[in-house]
Amino acid sequence: MKLIGCLLLISGWLIVLAALVMLQTLVQRGAFIAAGVGTEILGLVLLTNAYTAQQRRQK
Amino acid sequence: MNPASINLALILPLILLTPLTSAGLALIHQGLGRSRSAAHAMLATLCSLAVAAIFFTLIGNHWAGYPSGPSHTLQIAATQWNWLGSLPLASSANSANPASSAANALPALSLVLQVFTVGLAAIIPLSAGTDRWRLAPICVATAVFSAFVYPLMAHWAWASGWLSQLAANFHLASFQDFGGAAVIQVPGGLMALSVAWILGPRRGKYSAGQATAIPGHNIVQVLFGCLLALIGFIALESAASLLFSNSTPEQIPALILNAILSASAGCLAAVLTTQIRYRKPDASISANGWVAGLVAGSAGCQWVSPPAAILIGSIAGLLTTYLVEILELRLLVDDPGGAISVHAASGLWGLLAFSIFTIQPGNSHLNHILAQLIGIATLVGIFLPLIHGANLLINRFLPYRTDRDGDWQGMDIRELGSGAYPEFVIHADEFVPR
Repeated sequence: MKLIGCLLLISGWLIVLAALVMLQTLVQRGAFIAAGVGTEILGLVLLTNAYTAQQRRQK
Repeated sequence: MNPASINLALILPLILLTPLTSAGLALIHQGLGRSRSAAHAMLATLCSLAVAAIFFTLIGNHWAGYPSGPSHTLQIAATQWNWLGSLPLASSANSANPASSAANALPALSLVLQVFTVGLAAIIPLSAGTDRWRLAPICVATAVFSAFVYPLMAHWAWASGWLSQLAANFHLASFQDFGGAAVIQVPGGLMALSVAWILGPRRGKYSAGQATAIPGHNIVQVLFGCLLALIGFIALESAASLLFSNSTPEQIPALILNAILSASAGCLAAVLTTQIRYRKPDASISANGWVAGLVAGSAGCQWVSPPAAILIGSIAGLLTTYLVEILELRLLVDDPGGAISVHAASGLWGLLAFSIFTIQPGNSHLNHILAQLIGIATLVGIFLPLIHGANLLINRFLPYRTDRDGDWQGMDIRELGSGAYPEFVIHADEFVPR
């Protein structure tokens, strides 16, 4: 879970970079950047959940 | 900035006042921890500042560079990506050619200011590791952070890196961070999150399925630290926006006003929220609200209007109040000083809010918001995994957390051999009638 969370964070950033390199119009770029940020949020949620579950087990 | 326009008489005093930010944060962190780890907290702050200064000067400044300085670029799809600075290792702050001192002043001033700002970023996570993070791993983590992590964002946002060149290369607005929200505060806050995850909560924090409140031991120091931090933040933001952006000395009064307004709004929002929720204002959360307002305001500095500064600060104060509770009660993250909410969350909010409340000349509002979102995505998407990976690696060889005895004895006795307040004991004879 932690590894997948970290990979999703990096993937989100790569989507944002890809939007800059490959797309030209503002709307397309906006959609891709939003998708990248969404992917990062998903990664952050996964990472947070993994650590919360770990703390719960240790409590 | 144009090197010829550098006003040394103005910038040098501003740089010299910048360490007051670190002094303020040190008092806040120390006061919010327990008395049995107070000396350790202050020594850890000093050691972090020392390690950060040395490693940034020797290695980090090489990658960080300065505006329009030498850099490593990569050409992708006919676009130049400026990824890293390429100054000589261990470069000096002396002017190479005294005859052209104005032209040489920018690299030297950039190095001197960043020796302080990297230290500030490095002490932010100490707050999340209070009462359980050992001194040796603190020094190693600070060295790695100062040499390899901080310089990346410093170059990308402040030293003509790819984020500051979005307008020229991609026809967007440029990512902007005038006072260090992205370069200093958010990386420091993300480091705090990573450290809190790795260390786990203090022993006794969660018992019988309930979170136990462990109040700070000196709230007067915490509140005094807020006042010191205000002066330091104003100096830091002024120096950074003069050196790394196209700001002019005439804009400094607006910057000072906005810093005070956003800090005030953050503090008052926290006072009101805690008054409504707990029937009494909470001094430690209100102090966090003050700093959160400063952090959020540091992204836009003088470029937002005073009403916008108040709104940005008050939302940062509200965000901090609720996030401290969510982290502690729902996500089981024990962050005694609230560094994650104050520096990471408020810093990210400040970066976004700057684009919401201002319009860059010649750019649409959406362009500006997208540019700031790219910066935010970079901070969360690459810096959090980078920082967390480095911390996990260091923790594997040099365990971050003190042992069980250290948890109960306090870090002062465990690591330093004596307490911060040796006279701070109750003597039975003081209560005997004379």
